[in-house]
Amino acid sequence: MIGKATRRVDGPKKVRGAAPYAADQAIEPTPYIGWIVEATIGKGRVVSIDTAAAEREPGVVRVLTHENTPKQIPYGETRDGSDADRFTMSHALLNGTEIRHPGQAVALVVAGTLEAARGAALLVKVTYETDDGRYVVTGEEPEDLLVVPDELDGGQEPDVVKGDIDAAMAEAAHTLDVEYTTPSQISAAMEPHATIAVWADGELTLYLSIQVIGWAITALANTFGLEKSQVRILSPFTGGGFGSKLGVHGDAVLASLAAMTLEHPVKVVQTRRSVFVNAPHRGSSIQRLRLAADAEGKLLGVGHDSRMPMASYGYEFAEPTAAGARASYETPALHTVHRVVKVDLPPIDSMRAPGEAIGSLALEGALDELAHDLGLDPLELRLRNLADREPQSGKPFASNDLRRCLEKGAEAFGWTDRPEPRQRDGRWWRGWGMAACTRVNMLMEGAARIRLDADGRARAELDMTDIGTGSYTILTQIAAEGLGLPLESVEVVLGDSRLPETAGSGGSFGAATAGGALKNATDNLCARLVELARDHGDSPLRGAEGEGRVAEGRVWIGDRSLGFDEVVGLVGGELSAEGSIAPGENSEKYAQYAYGAHFVTLRVDGVTGEVRLERALGAFSFGRVLNPITARSQLIGGMTYGIGGALTEALHVDPRSGAFPNRDFAEYHLAVQRDVPPLEVHMLGEPDEKCGALGSKGIGELGLCGIGGAIANAVFHATGVRVREMPITPDKVLAGLMAQGD
Amino acid sequence: MKLQIDGQDHDLGDLDPRTTLLDALRERLGLMGTKKGCDHGQCGACTVLVNGRRINSCLALAVMHEGDAITTVAGLEADDGTPSALQEAFMEHDAFQCGYCTAGQLCSATSLLREVKRGEPSVLTPMGAELSLSELSDDEIRERMSGNLCRCGAYANIVAAVRQAAEAES
Ligand code: FES
Ligand code: FES
Repeated sequence: MIGKATRRVDGPKKVRGAAPYAADQAIEPTPYIGWIVEATIGKGRVVSIDTAAAEREPGVVRVLTHENTPKQIPYGETRDGSDADRFTMSHALLNGTEIRHPGQAVALVVAGTLEAARGAALLVKVTYETDDGRYVVTGEEPEDLLVVPDELDGGQEPDVVKGDIDAAMAEAAHTLDVEYTTPSQISAAMEPHATIAVWADGELTLYLSIQVIGWAITALANTFGLEKSQVRILSPFTGGGFGSKLGVHGDAVLASLAAMTLEHPVKVVQTRRSVFVNAPHRGSSIQRLRLAADAEGKLLGVGHDSRMPMASYGYEFAEPTAAGARASYETPALHTVHRVVKVDLPPIDSMRAPGEAIGSLALEGALDELAHDLGLDPLELRLRNLADREPQSGKPFASNDLRRCLEKGAEAFGWTDRPEPRQRDGRWWRGWGMAACTRVNMLMEGAARIRLDADGRARAELDMTDIGTGSYTILTQIAAEGLGLPLESVEVVLGDSRLPETAGSGGSFGAATAGGALKNATDNLCARLVELARDHGDSPLRGAEGEGRVAEGRVWIGDRSLGFDEVVGLVGGELSAEGSIAPGENSEKYAQYAYGAHFVTLRVDGVTGEVRLERALGAFSFGRVLNPITARSQLIGGMTYGIGGALTEALHVDPRSGAFPNRDFAEYHLAVQRDVPPLEVHMLGEPDEKCGALGSKGIGELGLCGIGGAIANAVFHATGVRVREMPITPDKVLAGLMAQGD
Repeated sequence: MKLQIDGQDHDLGDLDPRTTLLDALRERLGLMGTKKGCDHGQCGACTVLVNGRRINSCLALAVMHEGDAITTVAGLEADDGTPSALQEAFMEHDAFQCGYCTAGQLCSATSLLREVKRGEPSVLTPMGAELSLSELSDDEIRERMSGNLCRCGAYANIVAAVRQAAEAES
């Protein structure tokens, strides 16, 4: 079952519009609607807030402000003084007059209908006192504004330095010292952040759009001073997350506050514009790349230093921009230094593949520049510099398949047919580009339960989420394989905080963690089934000789067997087992990464500078493939995400106020259907038993890493224009073409 | 104020005239199949069919559609519950991941097939060219589906699914 092409088990629901996302849940009594009123300043405080006109509007129930809501635990703190991170700390809102960032909620208009709430929100009058804020990182900041983060996302060190990059740069035959920049970006899951909150009998129940339920429970307990047992979260379907739903945001906190205050269910769905400021975005980056190489293209030094914004309030988050540089290529001198500048922007946090997504744009672009300088095939440059051990630590790899990805990908693509650069065909320039990708593999702690009912049907229970990754499907496969049952005999129940706690969906660790825990549960259940068949006083197989095992949905002792229903019958109608998983010594001993190589062809309009992709191929290796259908979807989804990142996505920031002038889909451009060329995916890996119980590595982010670099490199191959300031919009390409007289 | 949705009449009483068709479906009638991704006509998640043609239901006021036949994702299947050829093709080609954009994609694609049948050109169709479902190019599908965003990035699979349904219908 595991590894078989299995159609999404929730497909029939999804094509009928019958999968209930957070805001779709039918609740009695009908929830009030809460509409967020956003601060119109960047940083400062509320001086006065006049809600009288809004409250006079027909249908309005209450306008919640800091003046009439119960006190919460201060933002960033915890109910008992315990340590918390950005996902578990208090996310209090309307808890005082302070405005930390642009767009922060200053009021929630609650009404019987959406129209009444939305209309009345326009009537709330707020006056502010504005403080000076810092909203952009320019690269010109003085030293004293540069902060060394405690750690980078994923627990990495902010600085990893070995050897002497300056000496390498001084002595090497070929050197490169360039700056790449990437703009702020937004996760932009299609489902806006949404919550329905119900407060009854001292229990807060949230229907919530979330990636990780366990963290959300802790955060809400910490926000409202509740016991964790007083909070329940239901999240059976999440309409995408991409990092932005790892934790709770304004909708969850405000809906809860309103439900507790008004003792009536309240629904808060963030507007699309609100999502840009009341949910996290990815910070901009300035990345300095230094490469030193000998005449044969052997790397003598790799420098990848970055400067990014960090939120000035409440929590620390810094992207490991140099994660790829630390992991991919052999070098005697490595210089990777991350600095952040505190800013007063809306929350800055994880977006799909934090670190690698934007770091690989710079690293893989710089390598292409170096290859060009050396007159070397960029593929060959990479092949000459692959690492045997993790460059940053010297640890062995659990497995490293980068060479195979590069070679097999190149072969499948026909890379050797790459034409000479700067091919012009009418108004179009045509080019080919490639890049490598690595993405760290993580395993977390998780638990699961499996039940067998009297008919011998199985039910797997976990608080795991399915954010589109295919959790329902792969967990069905894992349970079915573990018990030797057909898929139809397994039901998977997810997204309920009452179920065993997993690590949820994030960081590409979801499948290995939840799946590993479930596999352990089915193993435990099998052991129990065999024990009962052999030892139970009423078992027809009592005392039978031979090996005990579970296969084909039956319990075998030697060559005699019992149906699950019969064994379950021995103990009165139901049997269950729990399982768990945790990172073991292999997570310490081995450097674990998934790998890939991207190849693209594209054309560039010589008149407008527009880039149109024609073909993209990714060859990936990520251990065991749990389900080739959903895996392929994860990979093409990542590639598609990266196309937007390379060519169109930029969240602009007004340096005076921190406002995002383009916070909607008309002005923040995701890749659309016609931007995506035919995509080809090759899955090359074999199970890696050092990476968790399933031998699989995470793939939710892999496809995204590196494709932007391949695109940028193809634009250079096509035109000779090197754009180092992402995204590669027509204006930049055109300026480059004009500068070189084309 | 009445609306006819998926073949059924619904009475909305004295509906607030500010109510969009999308909010009427979701918040007044509890018909949650149709999704809201932007509320501004920028994402296509809310696409429904009005008298067989696709529109963004977030950009329409409900009161404008009294007497119209409205079809949502829930009305695409046959009366006996058999999925439409497109719904079947979406499942076969894994043309969705989170599924949030799917209702809009399916309604849009359903309308697309009819538009091609009626010979309605897109910006890519050469002047005066005959259109046929059997010869519908992938680029035509891409162009005609570009109003429906999918952040999960299922676009490539959506093209395959639409192509299969187009061939089946031709
Ligand atoms: S919700 Fe209507 S187009 Fe986005
Ligand atoms: S399937 Fe998630 S947005 Fe399309």
